[in-house]
This record gives sequence, structure tokens and C-alpha cells, in this order.
Amino acid sequence: MNSKRTDLAVGFFVLAGFAALLFLALKAGNLAALTLNRHTYTVTAKFDNIGGLKARASVRGAGVVVGRVERIDFDNKAYQAVATLELNDRFHFPKDTSAKILTSGLLGEQYIGLDPGGDPDMLKAGDRIESTQSAVVLENLIGQFLFSKAADSSSPSGSAPAAQASAPAGALAPPSLALTPSSTSKPAATPAGKVSP
Amino acid sequence: MIAAIELIGAWCNFRVRGLGVGCRFFFVMLSKVPVALKRRGLIRDQIHFIGNYSLLIILVSALFLGFVLGLQGYHTLSTYGSEESLGLLVAVSLVRELGPVMTALLYAGRAGTSLTAEIGLMRAGEQIAAMEMMAVDPMARVVAPRFVAGVIAMPILALLFSAVGILGGWFVGVKLIGVDGGAFWSQIQGGLNLFRDIGNGIVKSIVFAIAVTFIALYQGFQARPTPEGVARATTRTVVSSSLTVLGLDFLLTAVMFGGG
Repeated sequence: MNSKRTDLAVGFFVLAGFAALLFLALKAGNLAALTLNRHTYTVTAKFDNIGGLKARASVRGAGVVVGRVERIDFDNKAYQAVATLELNDRFHFPKDTSAKILTSGLLGEQYIGLDPGGDPDMLKAGDRIESTQSAVVLENLIGQFLFSKAADSSSPSGSAPAAQASAPAGALAPPSLALTPSSTSKPAATPAGKVSP
Repeated sequence: MIAAIELIGAWCNFRVRGLGVGCRFFFVMLSKVPVALKRRGLIRDQIHFIGNYSLLIILVSALFLGFVLGLQGYHTLSTYGSEESLGLLVAVSLVRELGPVMTALLYAGRAGTSLTAEIGLMRAGEQIAAMEMMAVDPMARVVAPRFVAGVIAMPILALLFSAVGILGGWFVGVKLIGVDGGAFWSQIQGGLNLFRDIGNGIVKSIVFAIAVTFIALYQGFQARPTPEGVARATTRTVVSSSLTVLGLDFLLTAVMFGGG
């Protein structure tokens, strides 16, 4: 009888341990996300600069998590970062969807935001998201700002182009393919450079 | 001058001999583990003694540690306006560090001392010698089952500690302060990796379990068979196993997470 009771107590103890592991794995860990992976399709997107984006960062459409960044590679020919995105197959996006690298909060982690376009065809497994917008690099932004300030003070007529120059960096959201390869620093440098002489 | 050098030599000799005796004890104990595994009744009784009786102190400590982490984390994070990360802060600090380390320290205090005192008193009461007389190997009958039970029980206790601690942090953060519950859990799910964080935490707790249980058993077995000797051995168990756990923790953390 006594040994039976000990058996029961030890059994409960071990079961409680497994319950704790299960709790940590399912509720707190990413086991559920791992098992979800079977119902996903992967698309790729090329970025000029991924900033601080990491593998397993979330991919969001309209703020809802729709997938994860599976891995990030470097394309040796185009000198661009290639992000492989795993999207849940419950969610569909048009072929001309654009991908942006965004930051949640001021110091939060970076994620990829998807802005759907108007194409009737949907993205399929293995497709490439053509229009992308790189991460905002703070140093480039500051450099741009200082440059436009300098342009402002040197020529009074420079204020309007400078305002334009800062606009494209922020308003690249619905970009055409032609705009894509221009990194955040380039559009600022070229128009301002044209004006200053 | 010569006497001083002799003193250094004697000290070295003593220490090296201690190391050798410890190593030999460890390997003899390991070699008896297969024998002990056959006697599941002994191991079960020891798990009951080490594990179940430690549950209360472990769970209550975990709950209060979770409360404190929730409060302190909230106050620090709210300075940066990122209260939503509270879940991640609580979970990562518990699963990676505090769970295994605090459990090992509490385990050394709760179970380690009782193991040392029990075996020390068995020696003082000449029970060990009596076993040897009856051709019962005390390493296989007394030491190895306790070692196996400790190595099984402590990781379970550490897992329970982490889980209950996260629940404590959740209670304070979400229920009392009012951090968004969805953000609390989703931050944990987004930031906690099953193998890298939880797996490494379990590996840590297994290493600590081996270290603490070995120290407790060794100190008990080597204790001078007097009441004073047992008292000293118990103290040494707590001191050296606490130091060992903290030192090992640094090494393991450097190996597991140091490379980044």
C-alpha cells in the first residue's frame, strides 16, 4: 500500500514535469509554429539592405502575422540580400504585392510588411516579390537630412527639390519596378546633386 | 624557507589526492548506475524523497520570482515604452538562467543537504560498514540510486520552476498591471526557441543536477563519522555546490550563447 502510494506520487511528479515541458514548448515556445510549417508556401524577395532583419522574423500583412522569414542569403550577382519568406497557405497575396522592411515600435524588432497590389493573379510557391523597399538605415536618413539642410542653406531655390528628395525615401511604398534598385541614399543624392550647382 | 616550500608541497599533495578520490568516487558511482537502474523501487523512493518533497519550496519560490520579475520588468520596460516585451523578458530569463540556477541552488539546500546528512549519519552509525560486512555494495545500494534519482528529479523541478515562474509573471503583468495578454504570449512565442532556449535550459539543469548530487553524495560519504563531521560536510555541500553551480552556469552560458 505504501509503495503504491509512493508510485502514485512519483508518477504525478514526473507527469507534472512533462506537463511543464509541454506548456513551455507549446504555449511559450515555437513548437506550434514548427508544426504549422507544413501548410506554408515560400516566396523570395530581394532587398538592397535588410538592416537588422533576422531569420524567423515575422511577415505581416496589414499588421497580422502571416508568415516568417525562413532564411536570408546574399545574392552574389546582384549584390542584394535574398529573403526567403514562408507564408501560411491560408493567406493569399496578389502577384504585384510589395514587401517593406519595417520596425515595430522605436526599438522593436524588424519585420517584413506586405502591401497587396491589384493583380488578379496570386503569389504561388517559388514566386519572387518584385517590388521591395529596404530597411530604413538611420545613418543614411541622418546623412540625407544633413545634405538637404546644406542644400537649403546654400541655395534658396533648393528647398523645393530637397523636400522632394526626402519624400521618395518615405513614400516608396507603392513603387514601380524601376524605383526598386535605388537604395535609400541614392534618390536623395541624385536630385540634390543636380540642384546644387 | 624549506618549511614553507614543504607546506606548499603538502597542500598540493592533499588537494591532488582529494581530486583523485573525488574522481574515483564519481566513476565508481557511474559504474554502479546500471546496477541501480535494475532496482527501480529504490530509485522511485529516492525520486519521491528528492523530487516530491522539494516541490513546495520550488513552486512557491518560482511563483514569487515570477511575480518579482513581472513587477521589476514592467517598471524597467515601461521606461522605454515596450511593456509588451515583458513576457519575453520573464520567459527568457527564467528558461535560460533563473530556472536551472535557482532550482539547483534550492535543490542543493533542500535535497543536497539531506542526502549528505543521511549518508554521513549512515557512516557515523556504521551502517555503511555493516553493509560492506554483509557483502552489500554501499555504492550500488545507497549512492547510485540517489544519484540517478537526483539527475531525474532536478530537471523536472527546473522545468516546473520555469513554467510556474512564467505563470507568475503573467499573473502580475497581465492580470494585475494590465499588459496586453496576447502581446505577452506572442512575444514569448516569437522570441523563445524550443531547442536553443528550452533545450539548452534542460541541458543546464541536467549538468547542475549531476554536479550538485555528486557533491552532496561525495561529501556525505567522505564526512568524518562524528556529529561535527556530518555538520561540516552538510555546510560544505551547500557552499561548494552553490559555487560550482554558479561557475558552471557561466561556462555553460559562454558555450551555449556566447557566440551569439
